[in-house]
Order: sequence, then C-alpha cells, then structure tokens
Amino acid sequence: MTKKEIISKLTTIVKPYIQNEEGFKNISENTDFINDLEINSANLVDIVLDVEDEFNIEIDNDSMEKMLSVKAVVGIIQEKQSA
Amino acid sequence: MKNRVVITGLGVVAPNGVGLSAFTNALKSGISGITFHQHLKDKGFSCCIGGIPSISEEKKSEYLTPLQLRGFNSTSILYGCIAAIDAWKDAGFSVDENSDLDYDSGLIFGTGTSGIEKFREAIYKIDDQKVRRLGSTSVLQTMASGISAYLGGILGFGNQVTTNSSACSTGTEALLLGFERIKNGKAKRMLVGSSSDSSLYTWGGFDAMRVMSYKHNESPEKGSRPMSETAAGFVPGSGAGALILESLESALERKATIYAEVLGGNINSGGQRNGGTLTAPNAAAVQKCITNAMLDAKISSNEIDVINGHLTATSKDAFEIENWTKALQRKGVDFPYINSLKSMVGHCLAASGAIESVASVLQIKEQFVFPNINCEDLNPEISALISTDKIPTKMIQKDIHILAKASFGFGDVNACVIFKKYN
Repeated sequence: MTKKEIISKLTTIVKPYIQNEEGFKNISENTDFINDLEINSANLVDIVLDVEDEFNIEIDNDSMEKMLSVKAVVGIIQEKQSA
Repeated sequence: MKNRVVITGLGVVAPNGVGLSAFTNALKSGISGITFHQHLKDKGFSCCIGGIPSISEEKKSEYLTPLQLRGFNSTSILYGCIAAIDAWKDAGFSVDENSDLDYDSGLIFGTGTSGIEKFREAIYKIDDQKVRRLGSTSVLQTMASGISAYLGGILGFGNQVTTNSSACSTGTEALLLGFERIKNGKAKRMLVGSSSDSSLYTWGGFDAMRVMSYKHNESPEKGSRPMSETAAGFVPGSGAGALILESLESALERKATIYAEVLGGNINSGGQRNGGTLTAPNAAAVQKCITNAMLDAKISSNEIDVINGHLTATSKDAFEIENWTKALQRKGVDFPYINSLKSMVGHCLAASGAIESVASVLQIKEQFVFPNINCEDLNPEISALISTDKIPTKMIQKDIHILAKASFGFGDVNACVIFKKYN
C-alpha cells in the first residue's frame, strides 16, 4: 500500500475525533494529532483500534506510544505490513 | 439570610412521553407507557412488561455529537442528557460548547448504575483477553458519575458537578441536595435530577426477588396498579427527569418563568432498625422524614393539598398510606389528594424521584391532579384509612398551593420535598 493510500485511509479514520477543522483540511504527513487536529488525548487509543481494524494489523504498546502524528502512524503501518 | 429556591426549568424522558408537552398531555389523559417486551420473555423473565421511553436515532443526534455517539451504549446517560439539556433550555439558557465557564451553576444528577450494557460489553471483552479493545469509552460510560461528567462538559458548569445514588430515592435526594446548596448561597443554579437505564440486566435482579408483577404480561397497560387490591408487584420503568433550581433572586433578575418554589424537605434513613430492613422501611423513620420536611418548609400538615406518593404497587402501598396518615395526622375525608405516577410509567427506579418531581411541579404549575390509572379496585386496607375520592381515577382541576412528594428506597432511605405554588 502506498503512503498516499495509507494517509487517505487514516484521514477517514481520524475524522470523527478531530476538533480543528482547519488543521483537518490541511492534513499532511507532518500533521500532529493533538497540536494540529486538537484530538482529545483519550481518543488516541480509539484511533489505534480503528487503525488495527482497517489495516488488519496489531499494534503493540511501544508502537502505540509513538502514534502521535500522521508520519509516525504511516511508518508503523508500513513496518507492520511488511513484517 | 437563606436564599429562597425556585424551579425555572423542567425536562423529562418518560415511558409515556418524551419532552414536556407530550408528558403533560400523557399525565392529564392518564396514558400508560407500559408495553410488552419480547426480549424479556426470551430471557425467561417472569415479568415481561416494562416502561421504555421511545427515542429515535435522529433525536439522539440532536443531543449528542457523532463522536459522543461512537461506541455509545448507555441509555441512562442518554436519557439524562436529553432531560437535562431540555431543562436547561426550558429555563432560558442556551447550550454552546464554547460558552464561558459558569461558576454559579452546578449539577447533582443521580443514577443507580450508569451503563450496565456498556459494562457487559467490557466484561465480555476482558474475559476474551481483549482488554485493550475497550478503547476510551468504557470508563466514562460505566463510572457512576458518567452522567454528571457528560453534562458538566456539555453545559460548561463550574460549580459542584456530581452524581448521587440512593436507590429509588435518588432523584428526590438530588433535588434536595441541590436545594440546600442554593439555599446556603453555594450556588445560584443547580441542575438536579436522575436517570435509570432500560436494561434487562438492571431489571433482572428485581425479577429474581419476585417483586415485579408477572400477572399482566397479556395486558401491559393494566400491569402497574398502585393502591389497587389486585396490585401484584411493580412494573419496571426507565427514563430521566431534570429540574433547574435557582435562587429566587437570580430567577427574578433574569425574569425567568417560575414553575414553583421548593419550600423545604428532609432526607433520612431508618437505619434498618425497628422493622426497617435492606428492602423494607422503618415506619417511624418514614413518618419522621415527612414531619421534618414540613418543619423545614415551615408549614403545617393541613396546608398540604396534594401528595405525590412513592406507591410502587407492592404490598407496601397500604403501609405507606398509613405512614402518611400518621405523619400528617389526617385521615378519611380530611386526607389530601394522593396519586402515584407509577400507574402510568411503572417504577423508574433511580429515575423515579426525578420524573415524579417533574410531574408534581407540572401539577402545581397547571393546577391539576393527574389520575391514578388501574386503581378502580382500591385496596380495602387503603379505603379503611382514607376516603376513596382522595384517590382520583380521572384528572381533576384543583387549586394546589402545596404539594408533598416523597420517595423511599432500598437500604431504608427516605426523602420528602415540599413544593409550593409561586406567587
């Protein structure tokens, strides 16, 4: 799966949780979930679960802690998919 | 100088009417909200009827955001949010997620159990070794104070925000706790109320105790029969009631509509002594709760025009009436009018005190006494104590100045509030 495809799917996943529309419109690899999208930190665990379901992967605790930005999530998904 | 406390907003989600106008109409017309539920029968319940408010998906989305509704599975929180938001708006306020923090407003919103269906989900996942799949929604929907946590954020309250729980006296207790807070100058406004979920997991234990009626599965609307000779146990109900309490000063300043005044009340316990048990009331404590409520309200018993009783449709109804006659020192034709909302909506458990308080306040505001349905065959033990015409089976118009409302709960706990027409 290309990076672009992953970001597109990830955009759909985070949509219900975002509180900053402007940040969401400009979503890119450099987007930070909490600072740019104002996602409630409690919802980060929900995003992880949604990512697991969508990409059919399992995310361990260490990886989970790193999932704070689009770039980090894309990296983890690519890593798990190639594993 | 203590503050006078008035009611400036109401909201209700009841089995026989969601929203004030539908509920008022149901009250006046004696409409039952009790229906048959196949899922109770399928699970082997003896009592297969109950009161469940009707809420469409569309209605849910008017009160909760798509994010709040993700993984949402708590009817108690849902009903509470709808009733409370309606009450807040009814009092003339708006709901705005960007509103300024309001340190003068707080809330006490009770429940028995927050989201038992959500809790069940969590148990299944954990037993299946999938604890991480609980996500972020489990804690907020299963903690007892889930309802107050949701509302505190939706309304932006900065005063006390909490949940109380005292079985079937929860709603009336919440009202009195909020009343005290305003009276003592700790808050200008308190949203008070309670909610109870529509879940067979909440109702199952009562079915097992054989305190629910199993005799009217074929005639649900006839099932809830407070004060009737053929009363055969309570019918479970669910929903929420909410009231906005406000200092008279604040209400007058805002030129708010005033439904009624809260004159006073009392909360006590029978300590499970002298006949009181976990499930049965200590009669002396019940009477003391009522007499202390009158003392607190500075009224004499002959000023009470109407009583809204607890009256669940169990064998305890006559016992409750006897307690009222002793506490008030009034009986026969001298007894006030008395009614039980449970004849129409069943026993809404933790929500009952709040829904019934809303019904009580509506009676004062619109000067009527709602009918007791299913009471055509009055229990002779009751007619031996008070005159039959004090238990109206049709709505009557009446000048009501003072109404007493009481709720009693498992654990031998009591609450009684005195409402007065505002003028």
